[in-house]
Amino acid sequence: MKIYNKGLVFSLILVFAAIALFPFLVQGGRVAAKPDPKTDTPEIMQYAQEHGGKKECVESKEWMRGEHMQLLNQWRDSVVRDDNRGYISNTNHQRWNMSLQNGCMKCHSNKKKFCDECHNYLSVKPYCWDCHIQPAEKEEVKS
Amino acid sequence: MKAIVSFVAVLLLVAIGYMGGSAGSTSRFLFGVVAPYSAFAIFVVFMIVRILKWASSPVPFRIPTTAGQQKTLPWIKDSKIENPSSVFGVVIRMALEVLVFRSLFRNLKTQLHEGGRLAYGEAKWLWMAGLAFHYSFAIILFRHLRFFLEKVPYPIQLVESLDSFLQIGAPLLYLTDVALLGAVTYLFIRRVALPQVKYISLIADYFPLFLIFAIGATGVLMRYFTKTDIVGVKTLAMGLISFNPAVPETIGAMFYTHVFLLSVLFAYFPFSKLVHMGGVFMSPTRNMANTSREKRHINPWNYPVHVHTYEEYENDFRDKMKEAGLPVEKE
Ligand code: HEC
Ligand code: HEC
Ligand code: HEC
Ligand code: HEM
Repeated sequence: MKIYNKGLVFSLILVFAAIALFPFLVQGGRVAAKPDPKTDTPEIMQYAQEHGGKKECVESKEWMRGEHMQLLNQWRDSVVRDDNRGYISNTNHQRWNMSLQNGCMKCHSNKKKFCDECHNYLSVKPYCWDCHIQPAEKEEVKS
Repeated sequence: MKAIVSFVAVLLLVAIGYMGGSAGSTSRFLFGVVAPYSAFAIFVVFMIVRILKWASSPVPFRIPTTAGQQKTLPWIKDSKIENPSSVFGVVIRMALEVLVFRSLFRNLKTQLHEGGRLAYGEAKWLWMAGLAFHYSFAIILFRHLRFFLEKVPYPIQLVESLDSFLQIGAPLLYLTDVALLGAVTYLFIRRVALPQVKYISLIADYFPLFLIFAIGATGVLMRYFTKTDIVGVKTLAMGLISFNPAVPETIGAMFYTHVFLLSVLFAYFPFSKLVHMGGVFMSPTRNMANTSREKRHINPWNYPVHVHTYEEYENDFRDKMKEAGLPVEKE
C-alpha cells in the first residue's frame, strides 16, 4: 500500500493517537488514590455512644452517597419556601433538623476530611459555601 | 420503517447493557472492563487503518469546490479563503469548515412558487442544530475527563463551572446536556418530517442518532434521576486508565448501560458515517490548494500513449486524398 503525503498523514495520525491516549500516558500505570471520607468527628462518636455504638446518617450510607445533593436541595426548598424544618428519615424514622450548617455540618464538622475528600476527587465545587459558613477546622499540625 | 428498525436495535442494546449491569460480578467485569477496553482498541486501531486507506488513494489533480474566484491574472481579485491557492488559505478554510461548518452554512432551501417560479431561501436550522450537537458532544466528552484524570486540571473545572452557570438544582444542571438531547431530537425529526430527507435516510443515519441519544439519556438519568455511586465510577475509570481494572460493587446498572452503549458507539465509529471526524481532514475538496493554473499536475499513472498525428495521417493518405479532391495541408 503506497501512502501519499506521508509527512502530513502521519502527523495527523500522531495527533489523533496523542489525543485519544493522553489519559493513559498521563497516568502511566500508576494506581490512583481513592478518597477516604472520615466519619469520626466528636459529634458522631457521641451520637454512636448514645445509640448503642451505631453510627448513623440521616439516611443509609449507600443512599446518601448518591442522593445527598438532591436531599440538600429538597431541604433548602422545604425550609426556605415552606418554613418546614422537620425531616423524617425513611431509614431510621427519626426526626432530623433540616439544616446544612446545624444538621449535616454539625455531625460532619470535618468538612476538609469528609465532603472535600470526595468532591476534590471528582472536581465538584458546591457553591453553598459562598453564603453558608463552613465549620471552623483547625489546620492539622504536620509532624 | 428504517427508523423503527434502528430504534428497536438501540432499545435492544439498552436492554443488554442494563441486564449485563444487573447480573453478577463476572458480567459486570465484562460490561465495565472488557467491553470498553475492546471498543476503545477497535476505535483507535481502525481509525488509523481508515486514515491510511484514504491516504493510499492517489489524488493527482486539484479538485476544488469553487465558491470564489480562483487565482488567475494579477488584476483579477482572487478569493483567498473560499478558493485558496496557498497552504495558509487551505488551513483557514479547513479551520472554518471544522470549527463553524462553513459549507453547511451555505445550505439553501429550494422552493417552487406559483407559476413555476423557482426561489432559493436561507436554511440555517440544520447548521445551527449541527453546531449545537457537535459542540455539546465535544464539551460533554471533555468534561468526562474528570473521571479519567487523577487531578482534574483547571480547564475542565472552568468548563464545568461555565456549563452549569445557571445553578439550577443540585447536582447543577449542565446546559450542554439540554443542548445535546435537544439537538439530536431536532436532527431526528428533520429526517422523518421532511419527505426529501426521509427518502434518502438509511438505517446508518438513524442508528447513530438513536445511539447517541440513548447515551445522552442514560447519562442524564444517571446524573439527575436514578443516581449512582460516582466515586465508584471514578475508581472504575481510573482502574481502566492505569491498567488495574477493578469493578466496585456499588455502581448501578444505569452506568453499565451508559458504558455499553458508548462501547458500541466507539466500536461502530470507524466503520460508519461517523468517521467523517477524520475524513473531513482527508477530503480532497477541502484540503487542496487550487493551483490548477499555476502548476502543471501530471497524472502519476500516465503511460506513453501511441499517437497518430494528423501530419502522419496526411503523409499516409495524401495521394488518395488528392484523388478524392480533399484539401491537404502540404502539397
Ligand atoms: C447524626 C449525625 C449526621 C448527620 C446530621 C448527617 N450525617 Fe452524614 N453521615 C453520618 C455518619 C455517622 C455517616 C457514616 C455512616 C456509616 O458509616 O454507615 C455518614 C455518612 C454520610 C455520607 C456517606 C459517606 C461515605 O463514606 O460514603 C454522606 C455523603 C453524608 N453522610 C452526607 C451528609 C449530608 C449531606 C448530611 C446533611 C443532609 C448529613 N450527612 C447529615 C452522620 C451524620
Ligand atoms: C446566595 C447565598 C446562598 C447560597 C449560595 C446557598 N444558600 Fe442555602 N441558604 C441561604 C439562606 C439565606 C438561607 C435561609 C436561612 C434560614 O432561613 O435559616 C439558606 C438556607 C438553606 C437551608 C436550610 C436552612 C439551614 O439552616 O441550613 C439549606 C439546607 C440550604 N440553605 C442548603 C444550601 C445548599 C446545599 C447550597 C449549595 C448548593 C446553598 N444552600 C447555597 C443562602 C444561600
Ligand atoms: C462519598 C463521597 C461524597 C461525600 C462524603 C460528600 N459528597 Fe457531596 N457530592 C459527591 C459527588 C460525587 C457529587 C457530584 C455528583 C455528580 O456530579 O453527579 C457531589 C455533589 C454535591 C453537591 C452538588 C454540587 C453541584 O455543584 O452540583 C452538594 C451541594 C454536595 N455534594 C454537598 C455535600 C456536603 C455538604 C457534604 C459533606 C457533608 C458532601 N457533599 C459529602 C460526593 C460526596
Ligand atoms: C461518547 C461518549 C459519552 C457521551 C456522549 C456521554 C454523555 C453523557 C451525558 C450527556 C451525561 C449527563 C451528565 C453530564 O453531562 O455530565 C453523562 C453522564 C455520565 N457519564 Fe457519560 N458520556 C460519554 C462517555 C462516558 C464514559 C467513557 C464514562 C465512563 C466513566 C461515562 C460515565 C458517565 C457518568 C458516571 C455520568 C454521570 C455523571 C454525574 O452524575 O455527574 N460517560 N454522560
